[in-house]
Amino acid sequence: MKRFAALVTAVVAGTFASLASAATLDVVRERGVVNCGVGENFAGFFAPDSTGKWSGLDVDVCRALSAAIFGVPDKVKYLPATPATRFAQLQSGQVDLLSRSVTWTLARDAGLGLTFSGVTFFDGQGFMVRKGLAAKGLNGLDGATVCTQTGTTTELNLADYFRSHSMKYTPVVFETTDQVVAAYEAQRCDAYTTDKSTLAARLGKLKDPSAHVILPETISKAANGPVVRQGDGQWANIVRWTVNALIAAEELGVTSANVEQMKATSKDPETRRLLGVDGELGKLMGLDNAWAFNAIKSVGNYGEIYERNLGPKGAVAIPRDGLNRLWSKGGLLFSPSFQ
Amino acid sequence: MRPPGRRALPIQLLIYLAVAAIAVAVALYAIDVMRSRGIQAGFGFLKNTAGFEIGFKLIAFDSTNSYGRAFVVALLNTLLVSGLSIVLGTAIGLVVAVARLAPIPAIRAVGTLYVEALRNTPLLFQLLAVYAFSLAVLPPPRDSIAVGAIALLNNRGIFLPSGAMTPRAALAAIALVLWLAGCWWLGRRQPMRRPAGALVASVGVALAVTALGLMDWVVPKVLGFNVAGGIALVPELAVLVFALSLYSAAFIAETFRSGFLAVPPGQWHAAFALGLDRAAAIRGVVLPQALRACVPALASQYINVIKASSLAAAVGFPDLMQVFGKTTLNQTGQAVEVIVLTMAVYLCISMAIAGAVQGYERRVARER
Repeated sequence: MKRFAALVTAVVAGTFASLASAATLDVVRERGVVNCGVGENFAGFFAPDSTGKWSGLDVDVCRALSAAIFGVPDKVKYLPATPATRFAQLQSGQVDLLSRSVTWTLARDAGLGLTFSGVTFFDGQGFMVRKGLAAKGLNGLDGATVCTQTGTTTELNLADYFRSHSMKYTPVVFETTDQVVAAYEAQRCDAYTTDKSTLAARLGKLKDPSAHVILPETISKAANGPVVRQGDGQWANIVRWTVNALIAAEELGVTSANVEQMKATSKDPETRRLLGVDGELGKLMGLDNAWAFNAIKSVGNYGEIYERNLGPKGAVAIPRDGLNRLWSKGGLLFSPSFQ
Repeated sequence: MRPPGRRALPIQLLIYLAVAAIAVAVALYAIDVMRSRGIQAGFGFLKNTAGFEIGFKLIAFDSTNSYGRAFVVALLNTLLVSGLSIVLGTAIGLVVAVARLAPIPAIRAVGTLYVEALRNTPLLFQLLAVYAFSLAVLPPPRDSIAVGAIALLNNRGIFLPSGAMTPRAALAAIALVLWLAGCWWLGRRQPMRRPAGALVASVGVALAVTALGLMDWVVPKVLGFNVAGGIALVPELAVLVFALSLYSAAFIAETFRSGFLAVPPGQWHAAFALGLDRAAAIRGVVLPQALRACVPALASQYINVIKASSLAAAVGFPDLMQVFGKTTLNQTGQAVEVIVLTMAVYLCISMAIAGAVQGYERRVARER
C-alpha cells in the first residue's frame, strides 16, 4: 500500500515538475514552433480566414517572435485561448505566450504567476448607445441597462465607474461578443460597453450603424500586450525586446522594404545595433544577432503592422490618432534603448 | 460466519483511507507547485471585494460585497431556476404523460409530437431560439405593453407592482391567519355544514382583500428610457425557466408514462369495477403506484435539470456558472479553486436529491 502511494505521488510530482523546469527557448527550439495562445476571433487583432490562416496585430507579434527565433515567421502554432481558460493554459505550459489583447493589471502580474512583456495596444473602455441617448453623454446613463461580456475587466470597470459617480445600472452579461451585440440591437440594453477598439470594430457591422454612436468618454485604461509565464527571465526578455524592436524600427525609419539596405548602409549606431551589424545584442538573449532584422523583414515595423491590420484597408479601421502613436508623435509607444 | 459486508470492513476502511490520502496528497502537491510558481492558492479570495454588479439577485448585493456573497447570490439564482423548472416541468410532464396514454388517438399524437420534438433537439438551441424570439417580439420599454394598468411587459422583463407591508395591513393579515386557524380548529371538533363553509370562505377572502388593499403598493411606470418602481422579472429568468421546464417535461413525461405502464392492468380494471371514473382512478389508484415505480428515474431527471441550468450563461442569466465559474474565475484567476467549488456545489445538490430518493425507496420498501 505504502509503495503504491509513493508511486502515485511520484508520478503526479513528475508530471508537475516536468512542466516547471526547462528553459522555454530550448523547448521551443526543440519543438520547432512557438505555441501562441490567441483568442477565438477578434478582427484586426487575431482572426483566422476561410483557409485557417491567422492574421491580426496580436498574430503579427507571434510571427515576429517566430522570425526572431527561427528566422522565418510561420513557425507558429495558434491555439485558441478563451478568457476563462487562457491563464491556466499559459501556466500549465500548453502555450508559450498569450498574444490576445490581455490587459495588464497588478493582480494578474503579481498574483497569477505571469509576466507581462510589453504593450502592443493601448485601449480604454467606452460605451455605445443609440443616438437619442447620446446627448447627455455618460451621465445620461444613470439607471440604464448595460450589456457586456463576461470574463473580462469590463464588468469591474463598469461597476467602479457607476459606483464612484453615484449612478445606478443593471448589467446583463453574456458569454460571447455576438450575443452581447444581438441583445443590444434588440434593445434589451440601453448601452453596450467594452474596449473602444471592439466597439469600433462592431459599430460598422450593426444593421444601421448611423443610428448608434460611441460616447467620447473613456472610463478605463487598458494596456494590452503579450504575456508569458513568470520565472523564465530569458523568455520574457525575448518577447519584450521583440515588441521593442518593432517599435524602435518605426522610430528609426526601418521598414520591411528597406531593412536590407539599412543593414548594409546605415551609419546610425542604434540602427546598426538593432539590426545586428554592431554588437552582440541577440546573443545576450540566446538568439542569433540577426533576430530583430529577421523580425522586421518578415512582419515590418509597428507602424506597418498597425496599418496592415487596423488601417483603412485592414480588417477593422481604428484611426491611429490617440495613444497608439510613437512617443515622438504624441503617443505612448516607446522602446527603451538598443544598447 | 460474519456477513460479507462486515467481514470486509477493515479492507473497506483501508480503501477509503487510501483514496482520501491520494486526493489530499495531490491537492497539497498542486498547492505547493502553484505557490512555487508565484500563483496564489487557497480560498482566501472569497473574502475579497467582488467589484462587479449582478443583474438579478434574491438577496441584497452590490459591487462592494465579497466574492463569497456573490457566490451565495449566484447559488440562490441557480436554486431558484432549478426549483421553478422542476415544479413546472413536473406539472407539464404529468399532463403530457396522461395525454400520451389517452384513449383518443388525436390527443396521443399531440403528446407524442411534444415529446419527440423537444427531446430530440439540443436544449441550448431551444434556449437561444426562445430568447431571440422573445427579444424580437417584445417591445422596448418606451412602448411597454400595459397589462391591466398595473403591470408592464417589455423586453426588459415583466414588471409587477411591489407591495410593502404597512402596520394596518399586518393587522389584517394576522386577523386572517387567526380566522383560518380558528375555523380549522372548530372544524376538526365538529364537521362543518355547507353554509358554515361559505361563511369561512367569504370572511377569509374579505380579510385577504383588506390586507392586500392596505399594503403600500408601487405600480411600475415608464420613466425616461427604463421602467421605475415595482418588481422586475428579467426576461432571462423567464426564458430560462420556460425552456428548461418544457425540455425537462418531455423526459419527465416519458418517466411518468413508464411508471403508469408499470402498474398492472388489473389495477385499472379493479378501479373501474369499483365505479371510479378515469380521473378518480388515476388520482386514487394508479398514480400512487406509478410514482413508486418512477421516483428513481424522476430523481435523475431532476438532477439533469439542475445541471442543465448552468446553460444560463448563454442567455445572460447570472447563475452560479456565470457569476462564479466565469466572472469570478477571470477576475481572481484562481481557476482550480473556483472550478472545484463550483463542481462541489452541483455535486452536493445532486447527491442530496439522490439521497432523498434513496430514503424514499427505503421507506416504500418497508411499507411493502
